[in-house]
Amino acid sequence: MTGYIIQRLLQAALVMLAMSALVFVGVHAIGNPIDLLISPDATQDIRAAVIAHYGLDQPLWRQYLAFLGRLLSGDLGRSLVFNIPVTELVFSRLPATLELALSAVLIGAFVGVPLGIWAGYRPDSAISRGIMAVSVLGFSVPTFWVGLILILTFAVNLGWLPAGSRGPTVEVFGIGWSFLTLEGLSFMLLPVLNLSLFKLALMIRLARAGTREVMLSDTVKFARAAGLSEFTILRHHVLRLIAIPLVTVFGLEFGSTLAFAVVTETIFSWPGVGKLIIDSITSLDRPVMVGYLVLVAFLFVTLNLVVDLSYALLDPRLRRGGRAA
Amino acid sequence: MRRFWHEYAENRVALFALIVVVCVIAAALLAPWIAPQDPFDLAALDLTDARRPPGTVGSSGMTHWLGTDAQGRDLLSAILFGLRISLQMGVAAGAVALTIGVTLGLLAAHAGGWIENAVMRVIDLQLAFPPILLALVLVAILGQGKLPLIVALVAAQYAYFARTAYGAAAAERQKEYVEAARATPLSPARVVFGHILPNCLPPLMVVATVQVANAIALEATLSFLGLGLPPTEPSLGMLIANGFPYMMSGRSWISIYPGVALIILIVAINLVGDQLRDQFNPRLRR
Repeated sequence: MTGYIIQRLLQAALVMLAMSALVFVGVHAIGNPIDLLISPDATQDIRAAVIAHYGLDQPLWRQYLAFLGRLLSGDLGRSLVFNIPVTELVFSRLPATLELALSAVLIGAFVGVPLGIWAGYRPDSAISRGIMAVSVLGFSVPTFWVGLILILTFAVNLGWLPAGSRGPTVEVFGIGWSFLTLEGLSFMLLPVLNLSLFKLALMIRLARAGTREVMLSDTVKFARAAGLSEFTILRHHVLRLIAIPLVTVFGLEFGSTLAFAVVTETIFSWPGVGKLIIDSITSLDRPVMVGYLVLVAFLFVTLNLVVDLSYALLDPRLRRGGRAA
Repeated sequence: MRRFWHEYAENRVALFALIVVVCVIAAALLAPWIAPQDPFDLAALDLTDARRPPGTVGSSGMTHWLGTDAQGRDLLSAILFGLRISLQMGVAAGAVALTIGVTLGLLAAHAGGWIENAVMRVIDLQLAFPPILLALVLVAILGQGKLPLIVALVAAQYAYFARTAYGAAAAERQKEYVEAARATPLSPARVVFGHILPNCLPPLMVVATVQVANAIALEATLSFLGLGLPPTEPSLGMLIANGFPYMMSGRSWISIYPGVALIILIVAINLVGDQLRDQFNPRLRR
């Protein structure tokens, strides 16, 4: 087990290194940020001074090494547009996004899984068909379109909820949160609904597919023969057997929810990291782009690691025999 | 084949979805002939016709069944042409991703050893990364236009094909007919493409349908965010984005109708894919 953990940690570190190099080189292939920073009629000397100041006159590999060195000490450089450290910028926006993403993923799991199990348990009932219809819609209708419809219905036509922005926040530990006040929640409701619909659809599908297959298995036949109630079978046997793929997807989906927040945040003008990355792409703010992508990559690698390790906890076979496959 | 079709037709919803898909494709292909107006012909546009609600009779005497957009374009015509571009991007990206992905997947399954490990590690890594983020970064790096967008869509999707092809081929390679084919003097390429590939087709067909729908949705999302096609080639996503600012002032049709067209297309394709998946899944047959 320890060997397995060390091996996975090394792998994760290697992946991070490769990702940071890819992102760095990729992002530096875009345009020339100097033109954005200084006015077109600046003299050649000022131009050269600015280029030297940001280290843009160095060869790319030198810039990368310098970047890597700073990265290890937790410094992602300064934003070219806001002129504050990228870490500070990203972390000031992160709570807003985390709030959205966490709520969305939790709704997906705690509403989606029970619905999915039901749809798999009684695949031909009318309720199940309804659940599946919702799931197909949630799965195939693009997030931005759902957001648009939500705004149109609840903000423009009915006027019940605000159409965008974050509204007032409550300071806890020096960070502003929305979910603590009723008004904050009213601003959160539409974006969260928008973001969670896809997770919900995904969880329903996975839980349904898993349940349908498990219901045909011998495990369930034996459990029924042993006289267990249907609820106990679903709760103890089916849920446990379908848990592994669900945990994987849950872990990975949390990461992709942060990514999908890009769309939701843009539509609802929610001031999170997703809006930040779109803004930095349009304004060619390289340090912010690189910083955000490296952070997201780090997040993904960490989540992958956690998911892999929790496999070992959920599946006793892996715990004993090391990695199957 | 006949039994397959029969079984397919038993599911009314799936049958209806298939008919819808065929109709939409036909409408998109025939757009230049059936659209009431050429949305790219600036001379035919009149700014006094801009933002008219559905059913208005325009200055040229034609009825705008779905209204007009901010430039006075007939929305129905714009949607038909938009469908054409959206479908074009989805199918092109899907086809390229299929080719690259399947080749990689089959190569990994056939070669084995370190090639298999290296290829599948990269693919797994990519699958863990959200496609939209990847596409976003690539579009940002490569700039706007059809080709960069296709590259971004392909990069975001080929891994799904590779994974599926690999999974199917890895199961097939154990079987005796593959061993038998290998024992004959046929070239390895012939064994892989002539013998293994045909047996991997069912799951690939399912993934291909779903991925074309995904490519269309992804393209629309990117265009909506302003990172997709240039305004000269308005896909459905861009039409929706164009109408977004007018939504707050009650002129919602400019966004709604292109969106409805987009969703009908995507949902119909996904329903067809669902039915194929159920029909191909041997575990659901008893």
